[in-house]
Amino acid sequence: MATGIKDKVAILGMGCSRFGERWESGAEELMVEAFGEAIEDAGIDVSEIDAAWFSTHYEEINVGKGGLPLSIALRLPNIAVTRVENFCASGSEAFRGAVYAVASGACDIALALGVEKLKDTGYGGLPGGLGGTLAPQWVAKGSAPGSFAQLASAYQAKHGVAREDLKRAIAHVSVKSHANGAKNPKAHLRREITEEAAINAPMIAEPLGLYDCCGVSDGAAAAIVTTPKIAKKLGKENIVSVKALQLSLSNGSESGHNSWDGSYFHTTRIAARKAYAEAGVKTPRQQVSMFECHDCFSITEMVTVEDLQLSDEGGAIKDVMDGFYDADGRIPCQIDGGLKCFGHPIGASGIRMLYEMYLQLQGRAGERQLPDPSIGMTHNLGGSPMSNVAAVCIVGAYA
Amino acid sequence: MVGITAFGGYVPKRRLQRQAIVDAHVWADPSLANKGRGERAMANWDEDAVTMAVEAARACLHGGAQEPGAIYFASTSAPFADRQNAGIVSTALSLPESIASLDIGASQKAGTSALLQAVGAVQGGLYESALVVAGEKRRSKAASAGELAYGDGAAALTLGHEGVLVEFVSAQSATVDFIDHFRSATETYDYAWEERWIRDEGLAKIVPPCVAGALAKAGLEAGDVDHFIMPSTIGRAVAGIAKKLGIAPAAIADNLYAVMGESGAAHPLVMLLHSLQTKAKRGEILLLVGFGQGCDAIVLRSTAALADYRSAQGVADALARRQPEENYQKFLAFNDLIRLEKGMRAEADDYKTALSVTYRKRDMLLGLVGGRCTQCGAMQFPRTDICVNPQCHAKGAQEPCSFRDQPAKILTWSADYLAYTADPPSHYGMVAFDEGGRFMTDFTDAVVGGIEVGMPVRMVFRIKSVDRRRGFVRYFWKATPA
Repeated sequence: MATGIKDKVAILGMGCSRFGERWESGAEELMVEAFGEAIEDAGIDVSEIDAAWFSTHYEEINVGKGGLPLSIALRLPNIAVTRVENFCASGSEAFRGAVYAVASGACDIALALGVEKLKDTGYGGLPGGLGGTLAPQWVAKGSAPGSFAQLASAYQAKHGVAREDLKRAIAHVSVKSHANGAKNPKAHLRREITEEAAINAPMIAEPLGLYDCCGVSDGAAAAIVTTPKIAKKLGKENIVSVKALQLSLSNGSESGHNSWDGSYFHTTRIAARKAYAEAGVKTPRQQVSMFECHDCFSITEMVTVEDLQLSDEGGAIKDVMDGFYDADGRIPCQIDGGLKCFGHPIGASGIRMLYEMYLQLQGRAGERQLPDPSIGMTHNLGGSPMSNVAAVCIVGAYA
Repeated sequence: MVGITAFGGYVPKRRLQRQAIVDAHVWADPSLANKGRGERAMANWDEDAVTMAVEAARACLHGGAQEPGAIYFASTSAPFADRQNAGIVSTALSLPESIASLDIGASQKAGTSALLQAVGAVQGGLYESALVVAGEKRRSKAASAGELAYGDGAAALTLGHEGVLVEFVSAQSATVDFIDHFRSATETYDYAWEERWIRDEGLAKIVPPCVAGALAKAGLEAGDVDHFIMPSTIGRAVAGIAKKLGIAPAAIADNLYAVMGESGAAHPLVMLLHSLQTKAKRGEILLLVGFGQGCDAIVLRSTAALADYRSAQGVADALARRQPEENYQKFLAFNDLIRLEKGMRAEADDYKTALSVTYRKRDMLLGLVGGRCTQCGAMQFPRTDICVNPQCHAKGAQEPCSFRDQPAKILTWSADYLAYTADPPSHYGMVAFDEGGRFMTDFTDAVVGGIEVGMPVRMVFRIKSVDRRRGFVRYFWKATPA
């Protein structure tokens, strides 16, 4: 009988590069930057790492396939390095690999590092194109904003929401993230914005305007994990441990069977339910202290808070407008700026989310520090609303 | 008796106002000033002779007409020079692979010649029935006479012995290497000679003896002709021939110049279908003429069955479904007549198409064939080994089932200004079929502000994307407001 992951693995150290348009840096430099901070934080030598998991999504514009790019960039001591890729949830997938390795007892210390160097494409936004030989011949060729914008049309139709009310609510989602990002020295976008600016921004994909879309950023993030026992032995205090780590993947029912209404994330609901059960969280709206949600677009965050059982179904707009998820609200969301403002280097994002939860739980988040958070959650999503990978991770103080 | 047993027509929805063309070029050519009347049918960027032919043939075959033993596709603008275009049409319509196929082109009379060849084959007993489909989207240079005169469109008809609407009576052909215009195998645009010479030395001398021959074979006089169906945009050319032969002026069929322009090799058939739908009564004589390095004159007689026949979409229906387009720049852009900055995202279309995949999935990609689970009944696209229904997941239980004509509605959508399309914004979304099944698909012929959740849509066969580097056109189906 599986016993889950709760409290089997502790975070020994974490690091995160500055995110943004890092014209001066390649993926290799970003990896070194994030890893340098993580290994210093862990207080170990690189020779103590048993194995590594490496996440990056776009090998075409990045460092290439396989585990070699990480091994070479960090001059790792000829250990196993596995490259993982699971769309925008790749970072969480790398973290899962390292955590499972430690939990299994096969490794004492493992590294997860994610990186993405997006600003070498020559244009704004994410590189397009559908993989494989069949999909490009039939699947609608849209952009990421166009894909997620579909949520808005279905959400509006389902809950009878007027377009202007939806626009104002998703504008507030972005205004809040910009306010948070402005306080984060590593964030890509550090300017506060107003609701009016967000509502009147140039249209990208109806109804999403420019400020409804997250930053397209270069960056890397790293986590070094071990057992709580080893962490203690290494003299660590305020140990943060993994309470839950769940992934749920679409199996084609949303995209192919008429049982999904298009307004929510089927997988997120499943991953959240399993994660809460694994972590022993019974009343999420009361128990979760803070969370990082995969806010690739404002509308994604707005519907996801319902899928995470934090807002009632159809209640997200009210909670958002009430400031429930603001920095001074009941459950601060994207306290580091989120994908929206910290930025979204695909392969790094899942680990970047954990980085903020880790700093907050250790009381090291500087100007952004929240008072006494006890349970932090990350939600990392890859793919599109109709077909995706949802990762939910819960971390907290190791008791 | 052999004759036409069903028909369907197609004219693209957009109609470019000729005045928009004139306004753009009159500065250089003052003679254009009085040529701004009417409108020409303008194919969307994702339409070509094949896609239009599919729409026309689809209307023709609607309602379970007899499966044809052969398909004849006529066009001088077929997208492929060496890949059977008729085969694309046939696969798109899920016609059986045992069908015979033939492309006919290289002359403006290709449409009438295809009809004659099909009549001969059915009369001779080679096939019980045949499908003749003609589609044309001729290219023209900006400011050319062709740009004003041409219009895009398609016509389809089936020939057979049963349920004949229009009986084939007689025909006479002529082959004369009269070069009114030409387009070499490597050229994109036509090169045309003076209209007065074409009219007086070509039309007036080649057509009449041919028509006379056809009428003589039928034992008819010119005065017996109730409908004289002959395309020509040259002033008084057709009227002159009618007068010379003794055909009543009232019998001359509308050449549709005012409402769609001339659809090349398809146009005699387009005009015929228009006459059948709007003018022809039972027992009337129709004289159909195609001209191009010779002539086909075909005598037809309508039967009593015509009065009760309703095409799923005739030319008149297609003409009624119109959206005026006053933006000439859009026409230039759709037809590659200006060098447009398309952005780097457009480069993504220039990928090599895996032909082995295109073949393996031909019923899916060209015919929109998905599956229906024989265990739970769930319709699904694409067809897979394991049923998509979360309550079923039956293995190997799906039978092929086309989504072409399944009623559907929009579940989700967006108008995307980021993704590349020749006609921004890119409209796409999830289409849910009433009987089950759904997928994310591109929308076409959509206008900004004209799409909403719950709107009924219809699937249409269109160009998905074009690999310009290798000159390969990829087809798939898109949703359009019903």
